[in-house]
Amino acid sequence: MNKTTVGITLIAGALALAGCGEQQKPAAPQASGIEIRIGHAGPTTGAIAHLGKDNENGAKLAIDEANEAGIKIGGQAAKFVFIGVDDQADPKTGTTVAQKLVDDKVSGVVGHLNSGVTIPASAIYNQAGIPMVSGSATNPKLTEQGFKNVFRVVGRDDQQGPAIASYLAAAKKPKLVAVIDDATAYGEGIANEVEKTLKAANIKVLPREKGTDKTTDWKAVLTKLRGRSPDAVFFGGMDATGGPLLKQGRELGMKAVFSFGDGACTDKMTELAGKAAEGLLCSQAGIPPQAASKKFLEAYKKKFNTDPILYAPFTYDAANLLIEAMKKADSAEPQKYLPELQKISGFTGATGPIAFDDKGDRKDAEITIFTMKGGKIEPIAVVKSGKTVPYEEFVKSMGGK
Amino acid sequence: MDTFLQQLINGLTAGSVYAVVALGYTMVYGIIQLINFAHGEVVMIGAMVAFTVINALAPSGLPPLAVVLIGTGCAVPVCMLVGYSMERLAYRPLRGAPRLAPLITAIGVSIILQHLALMIWSRNIMAFPQIIESRTYFIAGAAITTVQIAILGICVLLMGALALLVYRTPLGTAMRATAQNPQVAGLMGIDVNRVIAATFVIGAALGAVAGVLFGTYYGIAQYTMGSVLGLKAFSAAVLGGIGNIPGAMLGGVLLGLVEALGAGYIGDLTDLCQYGWLSGLIDACAGGGHFILFGSNYQDVFAFVVLILVLVIRPSGLLGERVGERA
Amino acid sequence: MQSFFDTRRYPWLVWVGFALIAVSLAVLPFALAQVGTTWVRITNYAILYVLLALGLNIVVGFAGLLDLGYIAFYAVGAYTYALLASPQFDLHLPFWVILPIGAAVAALFGVLLGAPTLKLRGDYLAIVTLGFGEIVRIFLNNLSRPVNITNGPQGITRIDSFKLDGFDFGHYGSLFGLEVSGPIRYYYLLLAVALGIIVVNLRLQNSRVGRAWEAIREDEIAARAMGIDTRNLKLLAFAMGASFGGVAGGMFSAIQGFISPESFVLVESIMVVSMVVLGGMGNIWGVILGALLLSFVPEILRWTVEPLQQALFGRMLVEPEVIRMLLFGLALVLIMLFRPAGLLPSAVRKRELAERAA
Repeated sequence: MNKTTVGITLIAGALALAGCGEQQKPAAPQASGIEIRIGHAGPTTGAIAHLGKDNENGAKLAIDEANEAGIKIGGQAAKFVFIGVDDQADPKTGTTVAQKLVDDKVSGVVGHLNSGVTIPASAIYNQAGIPMVSGSATNPKLTEQGFKNVFRVVGRDDQQGPAIASYLAAAKKPKLVAVIDDATAYGEGIANEVEKTLKAANIKVLPREKGTDKTTDWKAVLTKLRGRSPDAVFFGGMDATGGPLLKQGRELGMKAVFSFGDGACTDKMTELAGKAAEGLLCSQAGIPPQAASKKFLEAYKKKFNTDPILYAPFTYDAANLLIEAMKKADSAEPQKYLPELQKISGFTGATGPIAFDDKGDRKDAEITIFTMKGGKIEPIAVVKSGKTVPYEEFVKSMGGK
Repeated sequence: MDTFLQQLINGLTAGSVYAVVALGYTMVYGIIQLINFAHGEVVMIGAMVAFTVINALAPSGLPPLAVVLIGTGCAVPVCMLVGYSMERLAYRPLRGAPRLAPLITAIGVSIILQHLALMIWSRNIMAFPQIIESRTYFIAGAAITTVQIAILGICVLLMGALALLVYRTPLGTAMRATAQNPQVAGLMGIDVNRVIAATFVIGAALGAVAGVLFGTYYGIAQYTMGSVLGLKAFSAAVLGGIGNIPGAMLGGVLLGLVEALGAGYIGDLTDLCQYGWLSGLIDACAGGGHFILFGSNYQDVFAFVVLILVLVIRPSGLLGERVGERA
Repeated sequence: MQSFFDTRRYPWLVWVGFALIAVSLAVLPFALAQVGTTWVRITNYAILYVLLALGLNIVVGFAGLLDLGYIAFYAVGAYTYALLASPQFDLHLPFWVILPIGAAVAALFGVLLGAPTLKLRGDYLAIVTLGFGEIVRIFLNNLSRPVNITNGPQGITRIDSFKLDGFDFGHYGSLFGLEVSGPIRYYYLLLAVALGIIVVNLRLQNSRVGRAWEAIREDEIAARAMGIDTRNLKLLAFAMGASFGGVAGGMFSAIQGFISPESFVLVESIMVVSMVVLGGMGNIWGVILGALLLSFVPEILRWTVEPLQQALFGRMLVEPEVIRMLLFGLALVLIMLFRPAGLLPSAVRKRELAERAA
């Protein structure tokens, strides 16, 4: 091959590249009133695509409703445009698509789904001064970065951990608890919070045991724990590892109560662990979708012909919060409506009343406790600002079914 | 004591599954000195095919054992076909190429198989339907389930059958001859290509069975399950002496035991607080605290540490013969 | 350095060529920014992969040692930077101090890995390096207890961006009326580092050391017989390759601002190997081409395949991520089968692979 070709290839490559990108330019705005772009970022492909889509649907619904309502901002008819991007649940891709939203000049962002993706992406929105509201990133670190533009409407891991731990402590009165995690940011994070709460309640906790998010053989760890006979076991991890863990624990003849965080709080646990799953305790950040406001549930069902899976009510609220703050500020300029978003009050969304504290976390976020009964997880209680309310009462207070 | 016995049972069961997978690596390596990186994916495909069939047949009311057997019966030919095509398309053209070439191809094949499986079966975890009523027996306080007993039995049977095949049949003789020296074997009238293909196919069939065993034992199958399992089984094969069939069995069982005992005991052994003179120096030890250097979080490291130690100290493994640098 | 063009006939062509390349590289980010800063960011990641591929090329291409755990050095570099420039230990050293430290620590790890394993034959070595890479990742993931060093799976947040004399690479600003965003600043920095590493590579290739590596790669026993200190030279290859990985890791840390062990998984190692293999082991320009192709093609696919599938089938059949991984797998298999020396083969490699040792 001629050496000249190398040089030419490089240049041609660079030019081709620039050309390829050209088509990516978003369509020119239609000139009638003002156009306000709201971005959503989440994994719409990959392992948790169903959850990413669910989140996207929630935000989409809010924007469609806003368009129907004919909102005026700055004296002009506002047309809200939804821009959805796929972060593949990968931190690096997350920053790339965050940049894409910034390039597209969005006024606000709803997302992302995973904490590990949201944290690096939030830095990019912060630099661009664009407000971001996540409906599902639960890692405390997200709002501890000192970014003024970062909010979330879902409970933090350090609210969920204490909630399930204190419920466990109160309902089952264990004396000795074993805590296991899957050595991921989520699993370890929630397990640490559970351990902290249990210790504060003067309950003994065994030294932490760990697996990975791919571990299928928990027997060695469980056998070791069986030798210490704990009254309860908490596992921070997902259902794919939690199912086998539970099944193997029972096979080894362990009698302890098993409890899990929201990663393993699904009906899938029955499929994976069979009868062993009966009676497990688990928690979910926020309220179960079926407890969201009736208006939202009906609208969602009508539009997407399916029920929300997990966080859709939260992304719906997140998008509505952005719009509400824009209305109050009478502007879609990020720096103008950001203060309104920060001090928003009197807002009642699909997940109940929402207000933010100084960090951008939701004040009084709810955590729901479930138990496995007849192969289905059933909500039994809602924990809110340190108080535990039985589920039935909570639903009544929401004015639901 | 019951804890120790239980850990032995845990390690033995996991180890015998490793051993069956390790056989696939060791047979191929023994005959053409290729690390068939994609073998773990063959095991995964075996489990996925079997699970698909088993899940489809579960509601049919057939006896559970028949369902599992039919599932395995479907998985084995599929895996044999995968093994054969792999050898024919990706490895045979490279025979005689520099050693790294087929290894790189094997890595590529592994990625391709894994993502084809993803496209076919999606990322969802497949669960083993709850059709087998696994009974648990207690021996001196240690639990052992019927599934575990069945796995141990099947593994022993498989290994025995393979040993018979390799040491007592004409095909086995041809395989050993090819492993010794392919050129000479060819001159002696052995169809070397056929023998090598047969090796791949037999290894893949074993892999399929191992996949079903693994899936039945843990009740779970997913497109990613092959890579970790494959690496561990490969470590087991190296431990026993790669290319050596009894070595792979020994290596598998030993690795299973090392992992179980390691996860079970290394945390306590490296808890610095139990060593009197040290505990005074560490604040965390005050009031019955712990200062554990290596807990069960390092469970997955054991396989790699064993692998590296064996390769560095005794590359021929426990039962292998010394092999010099081959050109 | 070998000439790009036939310099004997047209000496001025060299300068025209260089000028063209220099101008296009200098203007590139602004052209890309017109399309979207996203593409500048994507280009930055691509350059990071070029750095990694060039580093791995020293080990795999020059010295012929297949390293399947190369990402470990990237991780070491990234964590060195993160620990010395973040609130984790409340250290905020300037980047021109940390990058050399990162390179040195990574080189040390390279020697640590190399020393016990150099006796091993090629394929064994590959597996040991793979194991090493996983061990490093597992340790990074677990060194949060009993003493918190790496913050475990939570990763390290709020890593400092590069600052030089009050000039912060992470911030927005403008120059001659043009908007110069953080990614554009990093682009120039990355480009400068990449050019530096390319020059080092080119100089190495035809140096005494480079030729000794080549000899080792071709026939180690013969090389030893010729009086080449094979052990030290192989160690040197590991150390140099690792130090490049360390530098790339440090830059990744600063650009990303957040790192966690999940960025350093086995697949990343294999991706870098694919880039080297695709482009052509041992050929610097080939390796760069391989890295650029495997970085950009998946990105372009990502923005085109999804809408295309939506338009054709009304839903997504094959996810872009799957296509990307299939591309990597196919690159490895097809290149080895049909063009074992890569897209742009190095002269020696071509000869060597054509012979096909028995």
